[in-house]
Amino acid sequence: MTRDHGSAAHGLTSALNIEHVRDDFPILNQQIYGKPLAYLDNAATTQKPCHVIDAIKYYYEHDNANVHRGVHQLSERATRAYEGAREKVRKFINAGSTREIVFVRGATEAINLVAGSYGQLTVCAGDRIVVSEMEHHSNIVPWQLLCERTGATLSVIPMNDKGELILDGLNEIIDDRTRLVAVGHVSNSLGTVNPVNRIIETAHAKGVPVLLDGAQATAHISVDVQALDVDFYVFSAHKMYGPTGIGALYAREKLLRDMPPYQGGGDMISMVTFDKTLYNELPFKFEAGTPNIAGAIGLGAAIDYLTSIGLNRIARHEHELLQYATEKALTIPDLRIVGTAQHKVSILSFLLEGIHPHDIGTILDHQGIAIRTGHHCAMPVMTHFGVAATARASFAIYNTYQEIDRLFDALNEVRKVFR
Amino acid sequence: MLDLQDLYQEVIVDHNKHPRNFHRMEDANRTAEGFNPLCGDRLNVYMKVVDGVIQDVSFEASGCAISVASASMMTQQVKGKTEQEADTLFRSFQDMVTADADTPVDAGQVGKLAALAGVRRFPMRIKCATLCWHTLKAAQAQKPQAATTE
Repeated sequence: MTRDHGSAAHGLTSALNIEHVRDDFPILNQQIYGKPLAYLDNAATTQKPCHVIDAIKYYYEHDNANVHRGVHQLSERATRAYEGAREKVRKFINAGSTREIVFVRGATEAINLVAGSYGQLTVCAGDRIVVSEMEHHSNIVPWQLLCERTGATLSVIPMNDKGELILDGLNEIIDDRTRLVAVGHVSNSLGTVNPVNRIIETAHAKGVPVLLDGAQATAHISVDVQALDVDFYVFSAHKMYGPTGIGALYAREKLLRDMPPYQGGGDMISMVTFDKTLYNELPFKFEAGTPNIAGAIGLGAAIDYLTSIGLNRIARHEHELLQYATEKALTIPDLRIVGTAQHKVSILSFLLEGIHPHDIGTILDHQGIAIRTGHHCAMPVMTHFGVAATARASFAIYNTYQEIDRLFDALNEVRKVFR
Repeated sequence: MLDLQDLYQEVIVDHNKHPRNFHRMEDANRTAEGFNPLCGDRLNVYMKVVDGVIQDVSFEASGCAISVASASMMTQQVKGKTEQEADTLFRSFQDMVTADADTPVDAGQVGKLAALAGVRRFPMRIKCATLCWHTLKAAQAQKPQAATTE
């Protein structure tokens, strides 16, 4: 079942020129064990286009200085670039104001910030935080820590065997002691795109705010926080072609104004005496210490890159890859797909009967094919499906039909080893 | 692919498919659970130790081929040995799998476990091969908590 690989056959000529896209990613042009690299671990982290790499290099070579303080030319340039990146993030997710965009290390830190600060403000013993069964550990553990501190408890939205959330009981799960609903926009282990509109609607009808973990969403789906009417939205740059160590928290201005600072330090204050400290205005109240300036600039460049290609075109390409890979997977009798939701991004989690995912990963690596194996930081998902681990191939803007063919050829090699 | 054939030798694939001493031991006097947090591999080791001699040893596991084969081979090698001899074998085994790829394997030290020497070319997989040994050691010490490779 090998398709014609000419781009015209896929109607992509006008849509997306993959060869040009691949040229933007220098790292792809290498061999692993003598085979061309097929990077199919994009849900873990994406590769970086030269636009991002160059923006960071340019910043360090020309503009590097500390932000928000200096009177000198370089500090002014660094501040302009850093705040320019904030405006790019605002526009990217259509937030109303840059006061609602807080730079953080990534989605994990953003969730910890909300759990620490918003949690301190609103959560008491006997209260509840609602998460879902398919969350990444980063959207479970911060809430458990909050529960330990306060005596609150976690409630869990269950999922079905396709990997879709079961919302029938949502009205009961979100009760009058629920202080926050925190769910993933897209599941990292299954690829499921969750019905977040319905979740937000149900929660808001009861006056409960919602946090969406967008770590797996922003590279695939255009996000409009105002249209979603979401209260908190978090994401990481490195999963959307940007650098590691930077991400953003969106939060409604009203919430941020009421929330206490997450960390104390420089830049988050307007005046300090030993009697009293006045906090800085938003969003700086939540950005203690010298921020990851180069990272933010890199994130801005990644947003420019995504926008210049267009998320719709990217999503179409990735959807076609997923469909192609899924069709191939369904022809293999001893392969089981884990995560068969109706709405998915380009993530294919699977098992080969009798062969541990770790062994699959090692053998594929020797064919130059990088996939992820393990529990994907979503152990409750593994428990649901009764497995310890899965193999996961996740596709991005630069992946090709040939790479998927190679993946399935290599899976045949895996089966030969364990024949 | 040569390295790969080295890793997944026939004897290892065979031990994975048909692990030896693969059962729960009801009258064990030493047991421990091992866990590799990286990949979720779990392993239970059961031993009957009398006067410092490992009279019987068995295991149960869900894990990759390397971890299952390594545990299976381990049980064969340590059965009948004194705890001290088992310790020495563990050290030799650990030296072998963490040695540079070019270091010759001393089969006199490790016996049939030499089949697992290929692991040294796969740094990410060394813990798969050593999990069972860490668990054996934990069982010997009767550590109450799960042994991990971390």
